[in-house]
Amino acid sequence: MKLFMATGTHIASTEKKAEGTVQCWSCDTPFPAGSHFCPHCSKVQKPVAADYFSFFGLPRKLNIDVSALEKEFYRLSRKLHPDLFARATAEEQEWSLETSSRLNDAYRTLKDSIARTQYLLSLEGVQLEEQSKAATDRARQTGEEKKQVVPPDLLEEVFELNMQLQELRMSDEKEPEVIAQLETVKKNFEAKLQGLHFELKKLWDGWDQVISGEPQNNDSERLKVREQTVDMLNRRSYIRNLVRDVNEALQN
Amino acid sequence: MGRGLEDVWDELKLFPFRLSENLKPGEVLRIKLGEKEFTPPEISALILRQLKRNAERYFGKPVTQAVITVPAYFNDAQRQATKDAGRIAGLEVLRLVNEPTAASLAYGLDKNKEGIVAVYDLGGGTFDISILKLHEGIFEVIATNGDTHLGGDDLDNLLITIALDDIAGDMKLDLRHNAEAVQAIRKAVIDAKIELSAREETAISVDLPGGNQYQRKITRAQFEQLIEPIVQRTASPVRQALADAKLTAEQIDEVVLVGGSTRIPRVRALVKELFKREPHSELNPDEVVALGAAVQANILAGGSQATQDMLLLDVTPLSLGIEALGGVVAKIIHRNSTIPASATEHFTTGVEGQTNVAIHVLQGERELAKDCRSLARFDLKGVPPMPAGLPRIEVRFLIDANGILHVSAKEQRSGKEAEVEVKPTYGLTDEQVETMILESFDYAEEDFRQRQIVEARNEAETILLALEKGRRNAAWSELSDAERKDIAGAEAELKQAKDGEDYGLIRDSIEKLNQATTHLAELMMESAVGSALKGKDMRQLHAEGPAAPHPIAPAEIEN
Repeated sequence: MKLFMATGTHIASTEKKAEGTVQCWSCDTPFPAGSHFCPHCSKVQKPVAADYFSFFGLPRKLNIDVSALEKEFYRLSRKLHPDLFARATAEEQEWSLETSSRLNDAYRTLKDSIARTQYLLSLEGVQLEEQSKAATDRARQTGEEKKQVVPPDLLEEVFELNMQLQELRMSDEKEPEVIAQLETVKKNFEAKLQGLHFELKKLWDGWDQVISGEPQNNDSERLKVREQTVDMLNRRSYIRNLVRDVNEALQN
Repeated sequence: MGRGLEDVWDELKLFPFRLSENLKPGEVLRIKLGEKEFTPPEISALILRQLKRNAERYFGKPVTQAVITVPAYFNDAQRQATKDAGRIAGLEVLRLVNEPTAASLAYGLDKNKEGIVAVYDLGGGTFDISILKLHEGIFEVIATNGDTHLGGDDLDNLLITIALDDIAGDMKLDLRHNAEAVQAIRKAVIDAKIELSAREETAISVDLPGGNQYQRKITRAQFEQLIEPIVQRTASPVRQALADAKLTAEQIDEVVLVGGSTRIPRVRALVKELFKREPHSELNPDEVVALGAAVQANILAGGSQATQDMLLLDVTPLSLGIEALGGVVAKIIHRNSTIPASATEHFTTGVEGQTNVAIHVLQGERELAKDCRSLARFDLKGVPPMPAGLPRIEVRFLIDANGILHVSAKEQRSGKEAEVEVKPTYGLTDEQVETMILESFDYAEEDFRQRQIVEARNEAETILLALEKGRRNAAWSELSDAERKDIAGAEAELKQAKDGEDYGLIRDSIEKLNQATTHLAELMMESAVGSALKGKDMRQLHAEGPAAPHPIAPAEIEN
């Protein structure tokens, strides 16, 4: 029996914004779908599939007030955590477990700007290039070519870096000269990572403008910002992996 | 608990007990005690049952639910085993709480603290480090790390090994397989270890079989040199936890010490080095965890004024992953994620008409499946037969507030719930636990009834004895004839009831005799200490003072 992971294991396609009106299971009060509690009797409601942004009642924007998000996370935790349902019905216990796990997942994703951006892109149907170490190892194991594209302007530097890394791995004794060179390269790439943050911030602003604007005029703009963000994230994860490789080589 | 044979192999020679001889790899360990064999959860259940009894004795009523603490770095299998042990002991386990987190609850409640707190917990067998943010009653764990195989036992084992080597060298005596002698040495080195926390030098002295004696002086400096490599092993989890929390040592507001091994001066010194500040040690490191568990139990029971705003947000200590192609682990829930936490993954089939899909779930930080801890193999059954790649099986992984994994699956095209069969790698199956519960349940009920009778009989004896004394007291002559007659009647009734098996009757008779003797007790009191204690009966008089029932129930010893 073989195990296969379907491609695109993320939940993107099934996530929707909750719509319409539903009724409280306990007191029959109607309320807009997506609310975690009945506005009348405050009882916890059956969880509805919702994306992380709408879980917090937020628009799909990339600039988020993280301290406000934290406040809301604490507020909802105080109402949803399973500890508060230890004496409730089995059904309410299950809903509390389900909804508070969604709350934690949503908070964890949205509070981190990179995870948030990746998540938004997945909601947009973009499959991000997997740059993780797992993907590298997987590629190594299966002998497949990893679909990682070196950003063109980095080609030369990366080529040189790989030579240096090779040299370090081959030699029994660590040449101080090689180590010093690698340290310099590392600092250089770390500075690049810092720089990418400013670039990303610009893209977040661009995206948020698209979201707030008139929907009919901005399809092309939306696509453009999206593509740029994907590029930027790939570039970032590529450089991050380089820094990691250098760190590993220096430690060994 | 939650370990395999290969995990404990190296320590087997130092255990004072033996494993079952016919263990197969991959089986739950069984320990041989005389003719009987016990799994670790059953042994743990025996301890829990005794604690349950102590609590029942103290409260005077049955205890059926409990909050149990576990090392924060316990994996899923170890948590599940702890929960199983609770169930076998007849306890509904309301929550498993991580020990450092429990300690922080007790600490925070006591001091009403805000800020970043690190809890360094070095106990007998495990080490945990947890970093928490305390804010308006919310105890949010930011990062946790540890080693479930590092603690005071390692120090003891080191000293035992040295003693055994000494004995083998000086006296040409090989005691490694003499469980009794090893146990005697263990006791002696533990005493020495404890003494060295207060003194600069101590002596180890053990009587050995054959009339020999092992004696050795050890100074604190020697001891510290010996244990240094073990103590240093706590440093790397501390650094990792700080890194995961994205904090530096300087950003920690308070450091709290938990666990008996933090009494060792060298351990305290290391904590001070690591965090660059003096740790708090004013709480009793042995009790603070239990105190925290009680706080959590109170929160779960609906809270009280002191706990109403308190909420614990804990994390999962280890990343959860599934084995993917090529034996690599695809992480689906990362370590230090606040629990409950979940992940949804989609799977499909690889063969035409395939109706089962196997998922291998692992826990750990390494990239390859063989380097992580295998938790279980989940068999998704009942997938409707379809061409390969067509089924879309949605599998939901959910780690609950106890840190225990739940898996559910659904084939999305047919909407059919897939049956999930769990084959735990190191744990008991549900059926095994059920059998153990049933066995212990039958036993526990009969046991509880028997104990109630025994306790009532003891109480009856005490009262009858007190009455004998009362008869010789001057106060006896002050009673009316009618009163004396009532007492004699109640006395005869109780004497008869206490030899029977009717618990209710014994209780009623005790009550009757107590009422009949209320006046006598008052008179005796008056003559003895004046009128200060008026209005009490024999029972109350007896219950006061050092003769009050001890909260520790007698241990149950089976032959």
